[in-house]
Amino acid sequence: MGKRSIIPYGPQHPVLPEPIHLDLVVEDERIIEAIPSIGFVHRGLESLITKKDYNAMVYVVERTCGICSFMHGMTYCEGIEQIMNIEVPGRAMYLRTIWGEMSRIHSHLLWLGLLADGYGFESLFYQTWRIREKVLDIFEATTGGRVIFSVNKVGGCIRDMNQDKLNMILRELDDIEKKVKEIQKTFLFDYSVQSRLKGIGILTKEQVHDLSCVGPFARASGLDMDMRYLGKDAYKDLEFHAITSNDGDCYARCEVRVREIFQSIDLIREAIGKIPDGEIDAPVKGLPNGETFMRVEQPRGEAIYYIKTSGKAFVDRLRIRTPTFANLPGLCETLKGANLADVGLLVLSIDPCISCTER
Amino acid sequence: MSMVKKSPWVLHYDGSSCNGCDIEVLACLTPVYDAERFGIINTGDPMQADILLLTGGINSQNQAVVKQLYDQMPRPKVVVAIGVCACTGGVFKECYNIIGGADTTVPVDIYVPGCAARPQAIIDGIVQAIDLFQKRSDEHELLMKNKGKKADLKTKENNNSSDKGNEA
Repeated sequence: MGKRSIIPYGPQHPVLPEPIHLDLVVEDERIIEAIPSIGFVHRGLESLITKKDYNAMVYVVERTCGICSFMHGMTYCEGIEQIMNIEVPGRAMYLRTIWGEMSRIHSHLLWLGLLADGYGFESLFYQTWRIREKVLDIFEATTGGRVIFSVNKVGGCIRDMNQDKLNMILRELDDIEKKVKEIQKTFLFDYSVQSRLKGIGILTKEQVHDLSCVGPFARASGLDMDMRYLGKDAYKDLEFHAITSNDGDCYARCEVRVREIFQSIDLIREAIGKIPDGEIDAPVKGLPNGETFMRVEQPRGEAIYYIKTSGKAFVDRLRIRTPTFANLPGLCETLKGANLADVGLLVLSIDPCISCTER
Repeated sequence: MSMVKKSPWVLHYDGSSCNGCDIEVLACLTPVYDAERFGIINTGDPMQADILLLTGGINSQNQAVVKQLYDQMPRPKVVVAIGVCACTGGVFKECYNIIGGADTTVPVDIYVPGCAARPQAIIDGIVQAIDLFQKRSDEHELLMKNKGKKADLKTKENNNSSDKGNEA
């Protein structure tokens, strides 16, 4: 029985790209308890509904998070469309799915790079981010933006993609797939990487269910939960089965995300093959009146949007529950009993997006 | 750039940004844009850093953190505000928890606009910061050299150097 002491971790830390603060209660090198404190990135974004009307809010909502910004804007638009009973044209749905899945590839590659940096594999980090730049180039060619695109609006999309651009995406995806296959060898089959990840931060299926964890973090423990099963957008036409693993450790989380990159590439290929012709936006008449509850599978897991309107230009109430917020209890559970040296890896393993969480 | 004699170390802190500028700064440090070719290196330790890259606005919780990071950096130092949120508060300016841009808390030397700031703009900001750092470090050296000399000379040099600083 050693002496207990408290080690502050963050908010500024070499491993963390974003500020989160943890008070780690340690006994020798073991962590007894982790107490998170958040609020370093809190802006009060939801309060802007009193100052911006429901159309302008699309651009604010997209700035909830710079990594999954497209998905945030898309979910908000879908919520308003559901309230107003707008039938979004099929082509717009497919375009949203293509951009959404591409965001997933970009987010997972970003995370894999940070993970490699987390266990000190600098060159692998650089290789992964080099591949990620290819995805950003596709975004720039099709939407004009690199991280925040603003191509969604209530009723559909702002930009269309012609056949040349779709062919370009397919060509680039072949290249990306080839390169991800190369780095996958190191991420999944390298001996020293495995020894750093295997058996660390184990959560069982029951635990992740009880702690209501979401996304790849929950799927890595065998919980088959994915909001894409709901069949919104183009997912109703696409072949889709969520990827799960049963190990529940850091390696499983890495494996699930690597395999999801390939799955997303296949989904985009299928969507481009099936994309219908036609309009990309539906006319919007009147003002929204009613309330809705939207669930969407973001790269980090399930996000929930609650929107309430009452026939005015301004939204009455907006609430966003982001995936990282749901995963924080799971993180604190994995940290209990962990080694101090593994804290960086464990924090990374939930793919923390603090600016989402605090809004 | 031709007169650069030193390799400044860069510290990156995310204020209350949406992450967009944040990952663009990281993208600048990785192969495709590779800002490290200008002689900088990324560090996680404020005590060894010369240039502070700040993204995002300032809120009441992170104000103390930003201030502390700035104070821990050794002189001379340069602060670069990246993204429109760090410049003025941006789209979140009207939010209840945002005090304003980075210059409400620490003195900012270079402003890089954009939402999200493009890598080319960030690299331009970093290059200007390197030049400014070189200038300040020359002035610092001059001050140190003249430290033991007569008091009137010291004030004269001081005035000269502060004039130069204003021009920059």
